[in-house]
Amino acid sequence: MIEVENLSKQFGKKTAVDHLSFSVRKGEVLGFLGPNGAGKSTTMRMVTGFLPPSSGDAKICGISIVDQPSEAKRKIGYLPESAPLYNDMTVTGFLRFCAEARGLSGNTRNDAVERAVETCFLQSVAYQSIDTLSKGYRHRTCLAQSLLHDPEVLILDEPTDGLDPNQKHEVRQLIKRLGETKAILFSTHILEEVEAACSRAVIVDRGKIVADGTPAELIAQSGTGSLTDLFRKVTTLDTAA
Amino acid sequence: MKNVWTIFKRELFSYFNHPIAYAVIVVFLLLSMIFTFTLGSFMEVQDASLTYSFFAYLPFVLMVLVPAVGMRLLAEEHRSGTIELLGTMPLPMSAVIFGKFLAAATIWLIALLLTFPIWITVNWFGDPDNLTILSGYLGGFLVACTFLSITLLVSAFTRDQVICLIVAATLCIAIVLGTFDPFVRAYAKALPSGMSDAITSLGVWDHFMSMARGAFRLQDAVWFGSIILACLLGTSAILSAKRA
Repeated sequence: MIEVENLSKQFGKKTAVDHLSFSVRKGEVLGFLGPNGAGKSTTMRMVTGFLPPSSGDAKICGISIVDQPSEAKRKIGYLPESAPLYNDMTVTGFLRFCAEARGLSGNTRNDAVERAVETCFLQSVAYQSIDTLSKGYRHRTCLAQSLLHDPEVLILDEPTDGLDPNQKHEVRQLIKRLGETKAILFSTHILEEVEAACSRAVIVDRGKIVADGTPAELIAQSGTGSLTDLFRKVTTLDTAA
Repeated sequence: MKNVWTIFKRELFSYFNHPIAYAVIVVFLLLSMIFTFTLGSFMEVQDASLTYSFFAYLPFVLMVLVPAVGMRLLAEEHRSGTIELLGTMPLPMSAVIFGKFLAAATIWLIALLLTFPIWITVNWFGDPDNLTILSGYLGGFLVACTFLSITLLVSAFTRDQVICLIVAATLCIAIVLGTFDPFVRAYAKALPSGMSDAITSLGVWDHFMSMARGAFRLQDAVWFGSIILACLLGTSAILSAKRA
């Protein structure tokens, strides 16, 4: 479903992503781990077609994001890192706008918005202005936006960042449930999340994959039974880089 | 086309959710009326037309106020990060820019239409050529659209709204004052002959005033149309290039 082939990105002289290759199959939830600045967000931005790659390609359901960006983007639902929203709109108004931008109209649009509101538990704030929402609701509104068109591929950049433990649990359950029928790529700093929600995980460091496997395999690799130890072993400190 | 409409609706809605549209419209109405009744001596000239009492002052008002309406169009998207949402939806960048441009242009259409009391007044006291007035309004709208497209082009270079406002207003002021007849006559003496004509026909006045006088010439449509189109396409190209 997602096939990343030799994806690279240079900003000036700095290489943010260095010939990265991996794939995510249908029914798989891939956790994307790595220290800050490892190139996780840059990779996701390239896979979603926001940033053009310096070289390499990403195929979404076999469609190249470089050659046929519009067709490929239709297959993707994306939650950007800071959950950006239009603060002057209501939750429903925002979701309607996103649905229309995704090419849905009339009853299909309204049904899609209703379904997304239900999935993300937004009923109580559906007609509230976005600038009055708490962080948890903002995050879920942006997550709802990514589900509107029932995409085959979901790309979530730190979907649980800034949520309280209850909300984190809910979002993880949601990811797990959605992962049964979709291909999901999500990034996180929280290592326990990998065991809770992922079927596979990769660790990236300075733009390269340094570990790849199921949570159980990664834990075995660590030698100490702790993902944190493996993470610390294979990644570099930003002060060292 | 449907994409343009989606963006247009959201953007227009957003304008009326912010004080900026109301503020700019009120200031525009005040300034244009002040010019009309003082410098334009609307009541004293006994001339049933709006050409020299009202339209002639429009570029002066628009050169500062139009960038104030246009500056947030792209800067806001960058500041809030929503550009990332738009950039990952199956929307061409040109549709986003065109939709935003049309929404801001609609604000100016509304602002210009709200000067209707002056049109009623001139019809009440005299018997003006209403087609000439219509042509003048169209000219005013095209001037606003031109300045708006320049503002959009500037805002593609910077994420800072204040810098965008200052640079875009400076460009618009340069276009207006640099080709304002008394100024051109003053500095034309230092230039080779023929230069002043060239400068005049490059500037906004020649094209706008011909429309305000009721003459709709092809070269005016081409002048306005090509600047608007070039600026909008330039904005789209720069935004795409910046991400690479």
